[in-house]
Amino acid sequence: MSETKQPGKATLLEIYRIATLIKTADDRFIALIKAGQIASPYYSPRGQELIPAAISVSLTPADYVVTTYRGIHDQLAKGIPLKPFVAELFGRATGTCKGKGGPMHVTHVASGLPVTTGIVGAGLPIANGLAWASQLKGTDQVTVVNFGDGASNIGAFHEALNLAAVWTLPVIFVCQNNGYAEHTKYEYGTGAATIADRGLAYGIPGVEVDGNDAVAMWQAASTAIARARAGDGPTLLEANTFRFRGHLMGDDSHYIPKEEMAAAIAADPLPRFRAWLIEQGHATDGQLADIEATNVAAFEEAVEFGLASPYPDVSELDKDVVAEGAQA
Amino acid sequence: MSAVQAKKINIVQAINMALHDAMELDSSVVVLGEDIADREGGGVFKCTAGLSGKFGTGRVKSTPIAEQAIVGAAVGGALAGLRPVAEIMLMNFTTVAMDQIVNHAAKLRFMTGGQTHVPLVIRTTTGAGFGTGGQHADYLEAWFAHTAGLKVVAPSNPADAYGLLLSCIFDDDPCIFIENLPLYFVPGEAPVPGQRVPIGKAKVVQEGTDITLISYSKTLHEVIAAAKDLAREGVSAEVIDLRTISPLDMPTILASVAKTGRAVVAHEAQVDFGVGAEISARLHKALFGTLKAPVARVGAARSPVPFSKPLESAFVPTKERILAAIRETLK
Repeated sequence: MSETKQPGKATLLEIYRIATLIKTADDRFIALIKAGQIASPYYSPRGQELIPAAISVSLTPADYVVTTYRGIHDQLAKGIPLKPFVAELFGRATGTCKGKGGPMHVTHVASGLPVTTGIVGAGLPIANGLAWASQLKGTDQVTVVNFGDGASNIGAFHEALNLAAVWTLPVIFVCQNNGYAEHTKYEYGTGAATIADRGLAYGIPGVEVDGNDAVAMWQAASTAIARARAGDGPTLLEANTFRFRGHLMGDDSHYIPKEEMAAAIAADPLPRFRAWLIEQGHATDGQLADIEATNVAAFEEAVEFGLASPYPDVSELDKDVVAEGAQA
Repeated sequence: MSAVQAKKINIVQAINMALHDAMELDSSVVVLGEDIADREGGGVFKCTAGLSGKFGTGRVKSTPIAEQAIVGAAVGGALAGLRPVAEIMLMNFTTVAMDQIVNHAAKLRFMTGGQTHVPLVIRTTTGAGFGTGGQHADYLEAWFAHTAGLKVVAPSNPADAYGLLLSCIFDDDPCIFIENLPLYFVPGEAPVPGQRVPIGKAKVVQEGTDITLISYSKTLHEVIAAAKDLAREGVSAEVIDLRTISPLDMPTILASVAKTGRAVVAHEAQVDFGVGAEISARLHKALFGTLKAPVARVGAARSPVPFSKPLESAFVPTKERILAAIRETLK
């Protein structure tokens, strides 16, 4: 794995804890849908877990993370509390958004998750505004905005990168490049050789990194975050990864060549990271198994809470449209 | 100059005053848009002149020509506790930022279950009359009024522009603030400093008994001119300036039409599927059986805004066209 600055053991184990929590949530959520216990559109982040896990250890609770409909990995990594998170995915009144946001729009302001958008590319211009507020207030907060490779072809991406550069905003643009924009393979939809190359057009650093390598990802993210925190402006990070479970649940990835999928699964970053941690002496098999078991137990408790929670009352339709007491 | 003349200002000055007063009152008020800082001339219409000089280029930011970036930054800033006022130079350019306005600004309060809200104002101007053709003069208020979560205002005079802008800036939800380009330099009564005009309150600008004329923005002035002609003919018209399009002030409208039994709605936007249709539907529902005539609507021709002067003049709802609709309603 990479050299230069190295994450400590505690950091590595925290990355592992978060990444495996994400996988637990993903597995469990899919099982619940398949069992008919919940009905919901679902965009699995399986395969991309290490990216937010390795980013989040360099963030503070006050930092902002903006993400998309494929976002549960980013939300869990930012520390969203499990019970209201799961309840939101289930559309329950006890959810972070009272069930009014749902899986594509999970937000939790107290965890620094103010926006989760279902519109490709739309989070980038909003991230600039969050960062502008931090800049004006003189805090050292940074904003991380996550999006896919497909989003780098929409206008909002280009407008946002340019503005962030002109205003020297504390934003980290994280492109989780999983190789497919919905069903379209990278090279059939994107003219640039890499997404990172696009940083050059806006005068900001464009950094390509193996998003499936926890150490490399941590190094790239911590460097970009430190740069933003110091007031030196935005970075475009391209984290290369792979999407194992289709664009959304029910998509069998028929457009991905079988050999490509098989190779990606053989290189699954989670078991690879697990083996590496043991091999390097950072943890024993038993310690990692304990982390995994704790995740499963905590998530199961959240699922029970979610399933037992009531749905929102129909009167909620009239609430939160505008401020309470104002006419909509 | 007499004292009376000295008290008149135009809408550009009123907007500048409101922005200035709001920024002075609350350090979370920030302004962004194309060319708005003094280095770039204080805005192409000078509405923001002097603000960056006084409040700094941190709070008064010129932007690239990038409407999604402008409105997106305003949405994000609003989520993080600012009260941004975004200038979108012309209303047609809001179409470039519709995703940010409709999918984000309007909906985030609801979609987050009330965890967040988006206190931003989008100031924008429009209106036919200067030969700017098909992409610089549309009235799109119905698009915004159709979206839950947005408030839409369209003042017709400097005092209302000042008072409504203050109310919009300090409102906790997104407001679309529609200005009219040909009205910018028409003087009117100066506002009382600090005096806000409430959102959602229409104003009866002339009382009458025979017919209710409902309008807003520039067309209100055509309606007032029509009402004067009618008065000479012995017809007493009540004129209502909506000021706010959404939420509609139905109590004021209903009280008037219940009294007169007749109503004409006039606006510069297209008639079809427009604000007039909404008001007409609500009036017919509330007053069916007591109306003396169907509610009439007057608006722009069903075409893009044309360039050629005779076409442009025929496109807008002129006093003559408004009078024709009134006479039909009075039959």
